[in-house]
Amino acid sequence: MKHDISLDITIPNQTRYLSMIGRIGESMAKEIDCTEDDRESLAYQLTIVLTEALVNAIKHANHADPNKEVHIRINMNDKELAIRVYDSGCGFDLNSISSPCFDACALEDTGRGIFIIRSLMDSVEYKRANGGNVLEMKKQLP
Amino acid sequence: MNVSTETNRGVVIVFVKEERLDAHNSEELKAELNRIFEGGSRDVIVDLKQVRFIDSSGLGVLVSGFKNASTRQGALKLSALQTQVKSMFELTRLHRVFDIFSSADDALDSF
Repeated sequence: MKHDISLDITIPNQTRYLSMIGRIGESMAKEIDCTEDDRESLAYQLTIVLTEALVNAIKHANHADPNKEVHIRINMNDKELAIRVYDSGCGFDLNSISSPCFDACALEDTGRGIFIIRSLMDSVEYKRANGGNVLEMKKQLP
Repeated sequence: MNVSTETNRGVVIVFVKEERLDAHNSEELKAELNRIFEGGSRDVIVDLKQVRFIDSSGLGVLVSGFKNASTRQGALKLSALQTQVKSMFELTRLHRVFDIFSSADDALDSF
C-alpha cells in the first residue's frame, strides 16, 4: 500500500446500514498489497469484523435506539489495520464475555459475535471514550 | 427477505435468495423457519447457495432452527455453502453440529 488510508463514518443506529459498511470494508481490503488469496480472505474478515462490531454497538451498547448514532473509524497502513467503533451506551465488560459453548447439546443461538472478532483480530479492547465507549480492534497485515 | 420454499418427499427446502444473511434480515428467516415447524414439518433443508456472507446473527438463526427441528425429532440440514460462509461455520465449530451437503439434492437424499 503506497499511502495510509483513514476513514471516518457516522451512521444511524440501524442494522440496515450493515451491508453498506461491509461493502466499504471490502473495497478497502482491495487496496492491501498482498497475494490475491490473502486479499480475498482479509476482505471477508474486515467485512465480518465490521458487521459484528456494528451489531454489538447498535443492538447491545445503544439498545437499538434508532435516534442514536454509531461512529466508525478505520485506519490502514502497510503494517496494520485498526478499526474503532464508537457507541454512546453504558458499556459492558469485555472480559466477562466467554467463548460460546461448542457442545452440540448446549448450543446457544447468540453469543458468537465477540468470539468471532477475537478470533480474527490480533487485539480487541473496549473502553470509555468521547462520552461513550469504543471497541478498538487491531490486526497486523501480511 | 427473499426466500422460496418447496416440499419434496416431506422435506421442506428453504432457498435463501439473499447475498447477505446478517442481523438485518436473519429474523425474517427465523420467522419463516418457525412458520414451517409450526405448520407440522420437522425435516428442513436450508440452501445457502446464493449467500455470500453470514454473520453471528445468521448463524444463530440456523442454530435456532436446528434446535427446533431436533425438539420435534426432525432435522435441519444445510446445502451449497460458499467457501467464505463455510469458513464461518468452521471458525465457530458449527460445522461439527450441522450436516452440510454440496447441494440440496444431496441433502434431500440423506433423509
